[in-house]
Amino acid sequence: MAINQTEHRPMGKSIKRKEDPRFIRGEGRYIDDISLPGMLYMNIVRSPYAHAKIVSIDTTAAMEVPGVHLIITGEDLAKMNLAWMPTLAGDVQMVLATGKVMFQYQEVAVVVAESREVAMDAAQLVAVEYEALPALVDPFRAMQPDAPVLREDREQKNNHIFHWQVGDKDDTEEMFKSAEVVVKQDVRFQRVHPSPLEPCGCIADFNKTTGKLTWYVTSQAPHAHRTVLAMVSGLPEHMIHVISPDIGGGFGNKVPVYPGYVCAIVASLQLGRPVKWIETRTENIASTGFARDYHMTAEIAANKDGIVQALRVKTLADHGAFDAAADPSKFPAGLFNIVTGSYDFKQAFVEVDGVYTNKAPGGVAYRCSFRVTEAAYLIERTMDVLAQKLNIDAADLRFRNFIKKEQFPYPSPLGWTYDSGDYEQTLKLALDKIGYAELRKEQAEKRARGEYMGIGISTFTEIVGAGPSHTFDIMGIKMFDSAEIRVHPTGKAIVRLGVRHQGQGHETTFAQIVAEELGLSAADILVEEGDTDTAPYGLGTYASRSTPTAGGAAALCARRIREKAKKIAAHLLEVSEDDVEWDGSAFNVKGLPGKSVTMDKVALAAYTNLPEGMEPGLEATYYYDPPNLTFPHGAYICVVDIDNGTGAVKVRRFLAVDDCGTVINPMIVEGQIHGGLTEGFGIAFMQDIPYDEDGNCLAPNWMDYLVPTALETPHWETDRTVTPSPHHPIGAKGVGESPNVGSPQAFVNAVVDALSPLGVTHIDMPIYPWKVWEILRKNGVTE
Amino acid sequence: MRITVTVNGREYESEVEPRTLLVYYLREHLELKGAHVGCDTTNCGACTVLLNGKPVKSCTVLAVQANGQQVMTVEGLEQDGVLHPVQQSFWEEHGLQCGYCTPGMLMSAYSLLEKKQDLTEEEIRKGISGNICRCTGYVNIVKAIQSAGRQMAEKKQLEQNQSEVIGSGN
Repeated sequence: MAINQTEHRPMGKSIKRKEDPRFIRGEGRYIDDISLPGMLYMNIVRSPYAHAKIVSIDTTAAMEVPGVHLIITGEDLAKMNLAWMPTLAGDVQMVLATGKVMFQYQEVAVVVAESREVAMDAAQLVAVEYEALPALVDPFRAMQPDAPVLREDREQKNNHIFHWQVGDKDDTEEMFKSAEVVVKQDVRFQRVHPSPLEPCGCIADFNKTTGKLTWYVTSQAPHAHRTVLAMVSGLPEHMIHVISPDIGGGFGNKVPVYPGYVCAIVASLQLGRPVKWIETRTENIASTGFARDYHMTAEIAANKDGIVQALRVKTLADHGAFDAAADPSKFPAGLFNIVTGSYDFKQAFVEVDGVYTNKAPGGVAYRCSFRVTEAAYLIERTMDVLAQKLNIDAADLRFRNFIKKEQFPYPSPLGWTYDSGDYEQTLKLALDKIGYAELRKEQAEKRARGEYMGIGISTFTEIVGAGPSHTFDIMGIKMFDSAEIRVHPTGKAIVRLGVRHQGQGHETTFAQIVAEELGLSAADILVEEGDTDTAPYGLGTYASRSTPTAGGAAALCARRIREKAKKIAAHLLEVSEDDVEWDGSAFNVKGLPGKSVTMDKVALAAYTNLPEGMEPGLEATYYYDPPNLTFPHGAYICVVDIDNGTGAVKVRRFLAVDDCGTVINPMIVEGQIHGGLTEGFGIAFMQDIPYDEDGNCLAPNWMDYLVPTALETPHWETDRTVTPSPHHPIGAKGVGESPNVGSPQAFVNAVVDALSPLGVTHIDMPIYPWKVWEILRKNGVTE
Repeated sequence: MRITVTVNGREYESEVEPRTLLVYYLREHLELKGAHVGCDTTNCGACTVLLNGKPVKSCTVLAVQANGQQVMTVEGLEQDGVLHPVQQSFWEEHGLQCGYCTPGMLMSAYSLLEKKQDLTEEEIRKGISGNICRCTGYVNIVKAIQSAGRQMAEKKQLEQNQSEVIGSGN
């Protein structure tokens, strides 16, 4: 049970969340809860075809519907030079289609009307005549030289978006030539979607008199969105006020800028009235930032004892119709080059090619730290393939190959410097806690009886906290983050940050960081995020970056406050500054016990009783540019039992041991892990967005795209080790994405382990019961 | 159409279009924004409210169907400034993160606990399987509902004891 917010020295304690009182009363204020006077509603006309020429658009009947104010088509936007917009990945994307449509559910026109219902009715009367074109769905086909070119707007006349390679190709090849053992595995990470419970939406409110645009939007990165908007629209940035209200989950889905946003803004600019657009679940799944869709091949060169030497990876990345991935500029495949994982590879070489197809645009999103999920899945899966080939226990193989504690800071062959870790300790704890030896014994007994039970291990390394300005930017903007602290005369403070939480509990954890640094309690501190007019600039919350970046900024900002406070304390204590020391709760005079002053007294003095010549007030701003990324890690173990008759997989136990460095609030960290594991479970067993050969999206709702309910979700067990980051101001590393990065392979490894007596070495996700049943049937286990 | 609906004990008379869904009636006519819309296909349960004491997904009920009926929403849980045990427990046990599923989840939990306070984990998981949470992974929600059940059972016991004391005094 959580403890009170009034607790002093709150770091590391499970403080009750400050944001909860409004949510448990139904008083959270999400985007669709906001209603403005004179507000209109927008509805989007979408393409039923994946690939088709637009012959004509007739809006006459729709315009005649009473209550309709405006209809916008791609041709209208083209006149304003807004038919296309830049994506965060440096590509361009259609706002509303002109000439042709490129994916099913693509935005073709918008209708703005008095009410939600009228807008919806009128949208159905917009008559669009299409001439269907053959759809290009298979990314391998799209890469062939004779494939039809989808993006006629580009100078480059093929479907190839980018080629990215990292590592030493020649050295890697040499090592493969001389290797005693080589394993090779094709691994598909299917197309999935983050599907936060609240879909995307916005209200654009342009005031024609003041010239100011207020834009309420479910945004994980409000400052970045404001800058992008200023660049696209030509509106001056200081006249754009972005407010990101309570967000009903993000998981990366609320990082990109979507066409609906641009249209709502254009409509408000034209009409001078607030325009609201809230998407449906189908619109969310079928048109906004999907995730993964990687076709990967991994090869490991090792010696016969299983000591790994080199890794070679080739990947085809299906980006859909536009490259709308939200990766840092220098990384078209994100941080996929963390793919050597937790193991001491001597050499590695990775290639990724991006390709266009007639599918929804996007990529990256879904709690994945920029393609780290794909990398972790690939290496953890392939390590098990190696273990199986050499008949070495999966845990043993990992111990043989781990980067050792004393090797940190560890330079990886693909260019990263891992900050800290103790992989052996984490896996040992996980094995002990789950009773690994007994489970293997039980498994052997069951196998003898023809029962299929499996144990899957994942010992992953994450890479988060983007990022250091020398390497990381999005559209040129460096990926630092910021904090501003204002301590008021009565010793209560407001903290504003450049990030934006969506359930991670920042209002509590950032209050804890600042309270710890200033000797206050979390109750004394109000954390505000998401308002670009008040908060300092920052790149937002995604990729587990808030604690590594803004968390560092908050701590250092508080220390900046403390420096000034120390001077004031010396003045109050009538001693020189050198004689004052901070003990975590108060300023004391060295060697004089009892002579001390607390922060609230110092705060009052900052406004009432200052040393001669000192600037009044107790405020600071800090822009934190991290020196390196942080590298959380974990050891996850999954135990499954398989039903021989149906192929259903039952997850009997799942233990996640995480190491995210210093823990700010254990309750919140555990909650983050539970949530991410549930997403990983969904990905492993339930989720896929397939397309048929005509490019029809076959899972555009929650009846076909499955999200786990309480009924099938396993009971999660957690534990932790703590290896602080040596370079982060409080040693914290970030945790939100670890469970999604670390878990899918634990589930799959467990199922493959269970079926390994039948010669199974790999099964692609999602592992539906019918896939297992077919294996059982083929091997005569069931009829 | 003119309808009269009692929501959280208060009677409202309103003019609605026949196609207005109960969830939009609550949110946009009565300004009760606790019930949320998450999926449009009756899967997610973010819009769960009680209709005559039974949980319904208010995105799949027409406002006119609530004519003359009793509706209870998350806004009706707190009484006289005191949180209901189920609200308090969700807070204490970290049973929520983004908060979007929370109102619907609380109403399903409330409805379960009204019938039985001593629920097993399996009963709870089955009972809330119509409410999707994308953030918490359900473990803490289960804990919160069990904890609320214990508090409600204790309160019930206390009230029973008190009434026995009063009874014996007569």
